[in-house]
Amino acid sequence: MPETLVVLPAPAIQRALNRIAHEIAERNETSTEVVLVGIPVGGDVLALRLSAILSEIWRQPVPVGILDVTLYRDDLGGRIAPAVRPTVMPFDVTGKTVVLVDDVLFSGRTTRAAMDAINDFGRPKKIQLAVLVDRGHRELPIKADFVGKNIPTALSEKIRVRLEVPGRADEVVLEK
Amino acid sequence: MSWHRKHLLDIESLSAGEIVTVLDTARAFKAVGERAIKKVPALRGKTVVNLFIEPSTRTRISFELAAQRLTADIVNFSADASSFKKGETLKDTARNLEALNADFIIIRHSASGAPHFLSRVVNAHIINAGDGAHEHPTQALLDTFTIREKKGRIEGLNVTILGDILYSRVARSNIWALTKLGANVTLCGPSTLVPKTFEQMGCRVTHKMEEAIENADIINLLRIQHERQRQTMFPSIGEYTTLFGLTKARLARTKPDALIMHPGPINRGVEIDSDIADSGRSLILEQVTNGLAVRMAVLFLVNGGQGPQGVAAG
Repeated sequence: MPETLVVLPAPAIQRALNRIAHEIAERNETSTEVVLVGIPVGGDVLALRLSAILSEIWRQPVPVGILDVTLYRDDLGGRIAPAVRPTVMPFDVTGKTVVLVDDVLFSGRTTRAAMDAINDFGRPKKIQLAVLVDRGHRELPIKADFVGKNIPTALSEKIRVRLEVPGRADEVVLEK
Repeated sequence: MSWHRKHLLDIESLSAGEIVTVLDTARAFKAVGERAIKKVPALRGKTVVNLFIEPSTRTRISFELAAQRLTADIVNFSADASSFKKGETLKDTARNLEALNADFIIIRHSASGAPHFLSRVVNAHIINAGDGAHEHPTQALLDTFTIREKKGRIEGLNVTILGDILYSRVARSNIWALTKLGANVTLCGPSTLVPKTFEQMGCRVTHKMEEAIENADIINLLRIQHERQRQTMFPSIGEYTTLFGLTKARLARTKPDALIMHPGPINRGVEIDSDIADSGRSLILEQVTNGLAVRMAVLFLVNGGQGPQGVAAG
C-alpha cells in the first residue's frame, strides 16, 4: 500500500471553492458573460459546485458545460484508447468569459487540449482557468487564474481527488 | 472495459463488454456530429485507405466521412479502377498500400475471411467493411447502437430479422451482436433463404411472417441480395412481397411500439411498403447517422489497440 496523506479534507475543499468563486466574481464584473466549463472526471463536479456558489453571489444562474478533451489530447498515439465521455455545451461560448474548471493542474496538457476544444465551439472573449490543486511540473507555458491549493509534489507522487464517492467524505489525497 | 484490439475483423470474436465499449464510445462521437464544427483532431496525421473490392456507396462514404471527421487523410481505392483488373493479388495490393504508410485499411471484399487474411500479412489496422456473406461488423454495431438508443436496452428485446438471411453478412453480424447482448433473435423468410441450421446460432427460425413479427420490438428488414444468389431461391419478387413484404396490414398487427430497421438500400414495394419506410416507425435514416458515429468510434478505438487479436496489450 502506498503511503497516503490527506492534503485537503472536505471542509477545506468547500472553503477553497468558496474563495475561488469570490475571486471569479471579483475578476469578472459582467456576471452575465461568465460560463463555467468543467473537464471530466472531477472538473465537471467542481464546476457544478462553483456554479451554485457563484449563483448565490450574483443572484442569477451561472451556466455550466462539460467538456471532454480526450479527442484533443496530444498523447493518443501508441496507447489504449481512453474512455470518451459525452461533451455537453448548452450555450454559445462566443463572446463569453469561459472559466475552465479542472481538479488538478499538472503538465498543462489537458488545459491545452481544452483550449483547442473550446475553440471548436466558438470564440470566447476570454478563457480563464480554475483548479482545485496545482501540483507543479508544468510542461507547457500555462498558469491557473484561480487555485484552491498549491501542493508541491514529486513526479513519482500521485494526487487523488475524491468527490461524491458514495459513503465517503470528499478529500484530496497525496500518495507517495 | 477498455478496447485492446488492433483490428475489427468480426463480431463473433468480440465479448459483450467490447461491443458495449464501442456503443458507449459512439455516443460521444454522435455528439461531435451535432456541433457546428464536426471535426476532432484524434487521428491527425493518420492515413486511412478505403479498399473496396466490392462496390458500395453508403458504407464507403460513411467510413470516408468518419475518417475525415477524425482529421485523418483518406484515400479511396475501388476494384474497377485498380490493378486488380491487371491481376495484382490482394496481398500485393495491401503491401503496396502499406508501403505508402497507410495506418488503417478498411476492406470490403466478396471473399469471406479477406480481412482476416490481410491482418496477418500487413501491419496496418484492418477494419472489415463486409466480407462475402460472412460478416459486416460495423453494420451490426450501428444497428445495436440504434436499438439501444431507441429502446434503452438490448437485453430481453425481441428482434426479428427478415429476408435473405443465408447470403447476408448483415444478418450474421447482427445475430452475433444481439445474442451476445441478450436479445431474443427471430429469423424469418423463405425456407430456401432461412435454413433451420441458423438455430445453432441461438435464434428462433420461422417461415411464417405473422409469427415472426407479432411480438417483435424491432423488425430488421434485409434486402434480397440478387448478386450473391447462384440461382433464384424463390419463385418471384411478387410472391416474396406477398409472403414476406412488410405491408401496412401486417404492421397493424405488430406491437404499437415496434420499430422498423433496414440496412439499405431499400427496395420500396418489395420488402417494405413505401409509406412505412417514410413513417415515424422507421429508423432507416437514423441508422445512417448512427453509422457515422459508430465508424468514428471504431477507428478511434482500434488506433489505440496494439496487441494481437484477442490478447490484451496492457
